[in-house]
Amino acid sequence: MSFILEVFLLAFLTVAALAILRMRDLFAITMLFSLFSLLSAGLFTVMDAADVAFTEAAVGAGISTILMLVTLTQSAREEKPGFHRSPVLPLVVVWITGGALLYGTRDLPTRGDPAAPVHTHVAPRYLEATDEEIGIPNVVTAVLASYRGYDTLGETTVILTAGIGVLALLGIPHRRRRKQDDEE
Amino acid sequence: MRHHIVLRVIAKMLVPVILLFALYVQFHGDYGPGGGFQAGVIFAAGVILYSLVFGLEAGMQAVPPEILRPLAAVGVLLYGGVGVATLLLGGAYLDYDVLAHDPVHGQHLGILLVELGVGITVASVLTLVYFAFAGRPALSKEEQQ
Repeated sequence: MSFILEVFLLAFLTVAALAILRMRDLFAITMLFSLFSLLSAGLFTVMDAADVAFTEAAVGAGISTILMLVTLTQSAREEKPGFHRSPVLPLVVVWITGGALLYGTRDLPTRGDPAAPVHTHVAPRYLEATDEEIGIPNVVTAVLASYRGYDTLGETTVILTAGIGVLALLGIPHRRRRKQDDEE
Repeated sequence: MRHHIVLRVIAKMLVPVILLFALYVQFHGDYGPGGGFQAGVIFAAGVILYSLVFGLEAGMQAVPPEILRPLAAVGVLLYGGVGVATLLLGGAYLDYDVLAHDPVHGQHLGILLVELGVGITVASVLTLVYFAFAGRPALSKEEQQ
């Protein structure tokens, strides 16, 4: 059952990606980006990665869509037609890169393989010790906040830094005074 | 959006539920999926929905940007402060075991505080970024060409 769902979701992901490539209407493209994220979230749910699916749905389909829509109000609705160049060189580059990636996937372990390096390194230690050492059922939270607390501190700092960057570029938002409104 | 009566009514009903759900995700992250990051995003989404429907000024009145600006830093400081507290109590940086008499309780407390820090920073930064974008005047038709 999950196999059928995965094929179904992956097929829709491909359709959405192709539609995004062909379109010029930026509003429709933003909506398709949101759909793409929602389909990815569904895919993560089928793979039992609830926390990742949650983040993808909230950030990818929710907030980033809104931010793109707000950006669209500052920009044109239609994408401008690009320069007409020969597509041969880009096509060759894309084919070689894609071929190299496909060749590389031959060495990857199959999904869910218990002998895969990612399942033999520190993951068993976390899974076995979380109940005893941390005492909470959600191992993802235990890894994020406790075992890998330094990483999450770094990520939080990255978010703050990104926010400072945006505010430095766009200016700090403030409420307009009523009197100024009347003068305008 | 002044004339969209259905949108206004539905948004008024949904915003409190969204904010409550964000708090649930925040404090229930130890037991179910979610945590500070997701909770912060959902909280910001609730505020953004409110400002989308009722106008930016109303949104800024409900959640003033002057308060959000220091809050963004408070989240990171709370996270780092838990680390400093564990240092002072004789443990390693961010070693929550020393926060309570029982190591498991210490871990619970540490994770709760740290996730709260993440949630505060994410919610305030995302809301501020939205306010900064939405506060700019929209381009007219001539400027778009």
